This record gives sequence, structure tokens and C-alpha cells, in this order.
Amino acid sequence: MAIVFEKTKGLTDVQTHYCPGCTHGIIHRLVAEALEELGVLDKAIGVAPVGCSVLAYKYFNCDMHEAAHGRAPAVATGIKRVLPDNFVFTYQGDGDLASIGTAEIVHAAHRGEKISTIFVNNAIYGMTGGQMAPTTLVGQKATTAPFGRDEAHCGKPIRMSELLATIDGAKFVERVTVISPAHVRKAKKAIKECFKVQIEGKGFGIVEVLSTCPTNWGMTPTEALKWLEENMIPYYPLGNFKRPEGVE
Amino acid sequence: MAKVLMKGNEAVGAAAIEAGCRYFFGYPITPQSELPEYMARELPKVGGVFLQAESEIAAINMVYGAAGAGARVMTSSSSPGISLKQEGISYIAGAELPCLIVNMMRGGPGLGSIQPSQTDYFQATRGGGNGDYRVVVLAPSNVQELVDLIIEGFDIADQYRNPVMILGDGMIGQMMEPVEFKKPKQRELPPKDDWITNGTKGKRKPHIINSLYLAPEELEAHNIKLQEKYRKIRENEVKVESYNIEDADVVIAAYGTTARIVKTAISQLEREGYKVGLIRPITLWPYPYDEFKKINPQCKGILTVEMNTGQMLDDVKIAVEGRFPVYFHGRTGGMVPTPNEIIEKVKRIHGGEM
Ligand SMILES: Cc1ncc(C[n+]2csc(CCOP(=O)(O)OP(=O)(O)O)c2C)c(N)n1
Ligand code: SF4
Ligand SMILES: [Mg+2]
Repeated sequence: MAIVFEKTKGLTDVQTHYCPGCTHGIIHRLVAEALEELGVLDKAIGVAPVGCSVLAYKYFNCDMHEAAHGRAPAVATGIKRVLPDNFVFTYQGDGDLASIGTAEIVHAAHRGEKISTIFVNNAIYGMTGGQMAPTTLVGQKATTAPFGRDEAHCGKPIRMSELLATIDGAKFVERVTVISPAHVRKAKKAIKECFKVQIEGKGFGIVEVLSTCPTNWGMTPTEALKWLEENMIPYYPLGNFKRPEGVE
Repeated sequence: MAKVLMKGNEAVGAAAIEAGCRYFFGYPITPQSELPEYMARELPKVGGVFLQAESEIAAINMVYGAAGAGARVMTSSSSPGISLKQEGISYIAGAELPCLIVNMMRGGPGLGSIQPSQTDYFQATRGGGNGDYRVVVLAPSNVQELVDLIIEGFDIADQYRNPVMILGDGMIGQMMEPVEFKKPKQRELPPKDDWITNGTKGKRKPHIINSLYLAPEELEAHNIKLQEKYRKIRENEVKVESYNIEDADVVIAAYGTTARIVKTAISQLEREGYKVGLIRPITLWPYPYDEFKKINPQCKGILTVEMNTGQMLDDVKIAVEGRFPVYFHGRTGGMVPTPNEIIEKVKRIHGGEM
């Protein structure tokens, strides 16, 4: 019988701690498959963030370095400058990348650091229990925005892909999601293309993945997928913002 | 090798390169900018990398990454920048990685001034970042010693897998003195291949650099292991210069450039017939507490002299254990204690007037 699905070597056999229905798990799988399929798993060094994916270092089957909250791009810079022939990626949440770590991500991109970033945007601080993130939608409730995010009080949610796409050093920027099999396939394609930008030495690449947090959104997994589609995608349009010239 | 005349900050760079350091991540701040400038010029010539980070926070986290990847790596800054590095230093200590951090101290608190000071003693020796961790703190008092401690500092960091800090002040960074580059004492340095993150190459299990231990038993075990390492450092790495303490009527404790001023005062006092000793800690952590046990039991008092309002003073009191009265003389903000001020204090202690 032909094998139609096999677990990637890019993931360890450890059971993850993610909540049921959380899409962090799917994103892990896509990243791991991309590492394996591109043949870089053996020379990959991943940088884990602080956030729900803080334990990513237990799940990816490659060398891993656990960074402080938001500092993953700086840690990755240090690794890549020492080991330019290795493959270095960061995996970061929206609080990590778009709030406390904005300076680090903007300047890593700006330097054209040859690293790849997977940015998991779930519009909330998942790990700490559902506080408002810089990406929380206007009107969306969070424990620190109990009446919903008020634009007059704390502005609109930040669109990191659009922001980073304006930076010359960022060579690949795409926003995807994983709410349906079709979306999952597209997400994987984007992650592989992003990783190739690093492998070919072209510069910085990032894939923003719109992700669910059923637990802190207070929804069932299917409600969360629907909420993401109806509320997040209109504000965070999917698609490629940038790819190296001459590449389709 | 012949002696060369070098400015302190540049001598740090030359010594680091001599020690095999090839990676420097930093952010400009007076009074240490000659060091990143020197590294920007010199590191590419030896195949190394100098990178100006967007902030001291980023710089220390780049050090964290580079150290994890197995490199001899350093950063430098001055007081306000060192404050920003504390998060990273805590992570590096927690993850047990070697690196060298230079602090050419300036006046504080806040933006303070750009004048030399010793106001970061507490921050350097008591942590600064969160958690039960220790950083080896080396305090040179001249440019030659600065060079020697930089070279040995990298070895200490590698031997114990621990951050090492050079605590200088703006004065030592700026002064020019002749130096020579000597081999440090031979040490058995452990191999790095069994923990660095440089890719599995399909030949080994993944390595993980980490300071997170969610299970209380595991974190406690990790802390016990760290404390055991710190005990070994206390046992093996204390460095101190002392002078005439078995015979002195008054002993002065001072470190760094302040100790040089103290030596001038002591020479003058000796010419006038006073018996004055000196304890100059070279390692501020581990602190040379035991040295104070050798002090003449008839000694009339210990005078601590610092360019701050009394920080090492706490360690002197711990060391003395109430056996002698402890006095303090300090100037701050870039004001430097003068030999005359020190001479006057010693005479008053000697005469029982304090
Ligand atoms: C310096 C620092 N500040 C705050 C925290 C607490 N903290 C841990 S995770 C987190 C938010 C993570 O949110 P995000 O990056 O969106 O990841 P998610 O959990 O949603 O995947 C915060 C604020 C910390 N660990 N360190
Ligand atoms: S809290 Fe949210 S982001 Fe975190 S694992 Fe649970 S569902 Fe996922
Ligand atoms: Mg989040």
C-alpha cells in the first residue's frame, strides 16, 4: 500500500502541550516538513520565543536556542553571523514579535539578516491568559481590554507584514493562514519559498501565519476558525507582499 | 613581544583579538566607543565579525546566540547600556554560556555623566538581572592588567561556561600606557562540541540552549548545579593584591583606578611614618573575603575608598565581620578622590578621631 502521509522527521516524538484546536501545531508541522523537504534539518538552528510556543525547542527535531521575550531575531543574528552556512529560523508570536520585540525584528530585516521568521499572529497573548496584543482587533475583547479594544485609547492593530515589506532588507514577506486544507497547502508553499530565500543567500524572509487561540478567544475550535476567517482576514489580508525579483 | 603604547579601550580590543575573540556586538556609548570603533576596523582583518546592534538589548542577545553557536564573543558598553544588557546576561548565565562583557563605568544614576565612576559595583556583583546567578567580575587598575584580565577572562568564561565582566571605569578606558600581550596561565578548557548549537549534521541528537525549567524540581536542580559551579569559582578564582596588611595600623580597601590614587596616598603616609596597608580586590566577584583575615589584629580601622557613595563598602563589612571599625571615603559624579583627602582620613582614623 502506498504511504500517503508520514510524520515528518522534522518533529520529535514528544506530545505537544498546545490546546485542542490550536493551530500552533499545524504550523509546527509545516515548518518541520519544509526543513526536511529542503534538506536543511541537519544544519538548522531554530530560535524559540517566549509565548505559547516557548517549548518549541522540544518539538523541532533540530538544534534549538530559547530566546528571551522578543529577542529571537537578535539571537538568530548572533548564530547566523557565526555560522553563515547553517540554516537559522525564528518562530515567534505576535506579542513577542510585534510588541516587545519590534526593534529586533525591524532591524534584523533592515540588516537583511539571512534568517527566516515564522510569525504566528493569533491577535492575543495566548500564554499569559488572553491579554490584549498589539494585533488584537478593534472591538475584540481581551482580559486587559475587557470592553473590547478601543481605537481612541490604544490605536489600531499593527500590520507587521505590511510594515516589514517596506524594508529593503526584507526579501520575502507573505501572510497566510491554516484554517482549511487549501490554506494549509498555500501556507506550506510560502514557508518553503521563504526558507529558500535564506538558503540562496538572498536576505531576510518572514511568513506571517494567522492562527487561532480558541482557549483565550473563548470559542470552540470550529468557531475560532470561522471567527478568524470573518474578522482577521479582512483586516490582515492574505497574500504575498514581497518576493525576490525574478522569482514567481 | 615588545611593549606598545595603547589607550585602554583599544588595548581591550587588541587583547580580545589576541585571545581568539572573533565576534563583537555592541552599541556606541561614551566613554568606551573607541572599543567598538577599534573592533570595526580590526576584526574583519582577522576574519571576524563586528556588528553594530540596534540597542544594547539586541547586542547582548546577539552575544547569547553567538555563544550558543560556540564562538568566543564579547560586547562592551558603559553604565546605562549595561543596565539594558541585564536581561541578556541573566539568560546567558542561566543557559551557562561563556562570553565577555566590558563595562567602562560612568556616573549615574540615570543618564548621569560621562565621567569615570565606580557606581555599578552593586549591579555587577549582585546580579542586575533576575535570578540566582553570578557573573565573574574582574577589576583592572592599569592598562596592562586590563589586557591580562581580558585574555584570561575569555578562558575563565570557557572553563566555567559563565559570563565574565570586566569592570573598568572611564579613566582606564581613556588612559594610555605601555602594554604587552602575554599568554595567560594554562587552563584545561572543556570541549564545546557536546552542547553548542551548530546543526546536528544528522550525526547526533539536537542540542538545546535554554534557561527554562518549568518543573520546580528541575529548576531547583539546575540552581543547585549553578551554585556548585559558583562554589568552585569562589574556591579557585579569587585574585587580590595586598600590601603590608599584617603590620598596618590602618588598612585601605580600594579597587580599579581608585587603588592607584590610594597607593600614592600610602607612599606619602609611609614617608611620614604611618603604617598603612592596602587590599585591592582584582576579582570583585568572587570577593577576596579571606584576605581580610590576615589583617593585623591591632589595626585601628579599615578605610574603603571608592568613586561612589559606598558600594564595595558592604563587602568590606562582610569580610571584616565586625573585627575592625570600617570607614568610607568616596567621591562621585566624576569627582575623583585625591591623595590628600585619603591621607587626612587615614590620619584621623589613626588618631582615633573618627
Ligand atoms: C520580559 C518578559 N515580559 C513578559 C513576559 C510574560 N509573557 C510571556 S508570554 C507573553 C505573551 C506571548 O504572547 P504571544 O507572543 O502573542 O504568543 P502566544 O502565546 O499568543 O503564542 C508574555 C507577555 C515574559 N516572559 N518576559
Ligand atoms: S492558549 Fe491559545 S495559543 Fe496558546 S496553546 Fe492554547 S489555544 Fe494555542
Ligand atoms: Mg499571540
